[in-house]
Amino acid sequence: MPIDKRSVSPAEALADVADGATVFISGFGGAGFPNVLIRALRDRGPKDLTLVVNSATHRYSYTHELIEAGLVRKVICTAARGHSKEPSPFERLWMEGKIELECVPQGTFAERIRAGGAGIPAFYTPVGFGTELTRGKEVRSFDGCEYVLEQAIKGDLALVRADAADRYGNLAFRYAQINFGPVMATAARLAVAEVRAVLDEPMPHCRVQLPGVYVDCVVAVGV
Amino acid sequence: MQPLNRLQTAWRAAQDIGDGMLVNLGLGMPVHVADYLRPDVDVFIQSENGVIGAGPLAAPDRIDTDLVDAGSRRITLRPGASIVDSSWSFAMIRGGHIDVTILGAFEVAANGDLANWDMRLPNKGPLVGGAMDLAACARAVWVIMEHVTRKGTPRLLERCTLPLTAVRCVKRVYTDLAVIDITSAGMMVREVLAGMSEADLRERTGAPLTFAPDCRPLVAPPIALPD
Repeated sequence: MPIDKRSVSPAEALADVADGATVFISGFGGAGFPNVLIRALRDRGPKDLTLVVNSATHRYSYTHELIEAGLVRKVICTAARGHSKEPSPFERLWMEGKIELECVPQGTFAERIRAGGAGIPAFYTPVGFGTELTRGKEVRSFDGCEYVLEQAIKGDLALVRADAADRYGNLAFRYAQINFGPVMATAARLAVAEVRAVLDEPMPHCRVQLPGVYVDCVVAVGV
Repeated sequence: MQPLNRLQTAWRAAQDIGDGMLVNLGLGMPVHVADYLRPDVDVFIQSENGVIGAGPLAAPDRIDTDLVDAGSRRITLRPGASIVDSSWSFAMIRGGHIDVTILGAFEVAANGDLANWDMRLPNKGPLVGGAMDLAACARAVWVIMEHVTRKGTPRLLERCTLPLTAVRCVKRVYTDLAVIDITSAGMMVREVLAGMSEADLRERTGAPLTFAPDCRPLVAPPIALPD
């Protein structure tokens, strides 16, 4: 059967997401948020999710809607601070002890996900040594420097924003949209991409930034 | 004997950026360093969201919402720029390919310990971003900060009191009052505000200071702060 990863709708793409899933959400610095897919996931309403997302509260991301809807049990992120003086929905739930938080240095966050998709169960990094974010983690010395053992993150679902796709799932990104999208897609059992446009023709190989073998579903959502 | 303002402090740090460097600038005061580079230097500014070769902010009519830096600022690209994904961007940082990162700080200790990510604000969640990666792995870590807190207490200390970002990482500190190197023997003053005595600077500093034999006056051109 010819490969065709085009999905009719976000709802169709997310039909099999179960309670307790670990969900990656791309986006950083205002670019690359899969906001259409985030809303579709909220509408589907799986419970007890673990979100793996750079920011729990970015102003341009709809991640907070999953949190406000009470679908999230835990957030693994690098930034959990709201933008205003009043606590964000995430901060309120976190302070009330209703949501779990794991705050991770951003490069360690990216590398743990990369490792998850690359068959590496854990790795040593110099980042975070001697800080409270690595308290209790194994430390080992190499060539006179101290490194912390960090474990890979794998997930059930990745929601990724890209610019263009073809029927094979090949993705191209615009500018800084790319951020966490590629590694998140590699580390998830099911990777769904929302894109501005699905091309009629196969994408030229030199334009492909994430090979379609890592992508299960693409949904065209327009701008 | 007016202390430098924030932009003058950024100007002073910018004078030490060398030709051909790969530079990462932190949020807040450090991003302004890009505005005051010496005209003869050609540098690439890396932003940890993967932009290598960040240019000036985009004009309002040229904004592209996908072209942003790590601080969500709508930027432009310089000639020769490229963009990589986050895992590559941080492999670049951890791998020691960044010549210098200039970061803001709450506290710096005499041994080079840096605290710049968590002020323990009530009702606020933590935000670490790429601070720990940059502080631990850039080839040089420079800090731009005000010498004392708003309440007048020193930010340069024997030991940090706030949660650490990285241990023994800071090489140089630019403040509104002085330029100070962190050496194996502690804090070495390279420049002090013109007209400020050694005793005055010591009084505003929470760690022992050594004054370099060739310690010079800290001066900067007038730069007005935006309203």
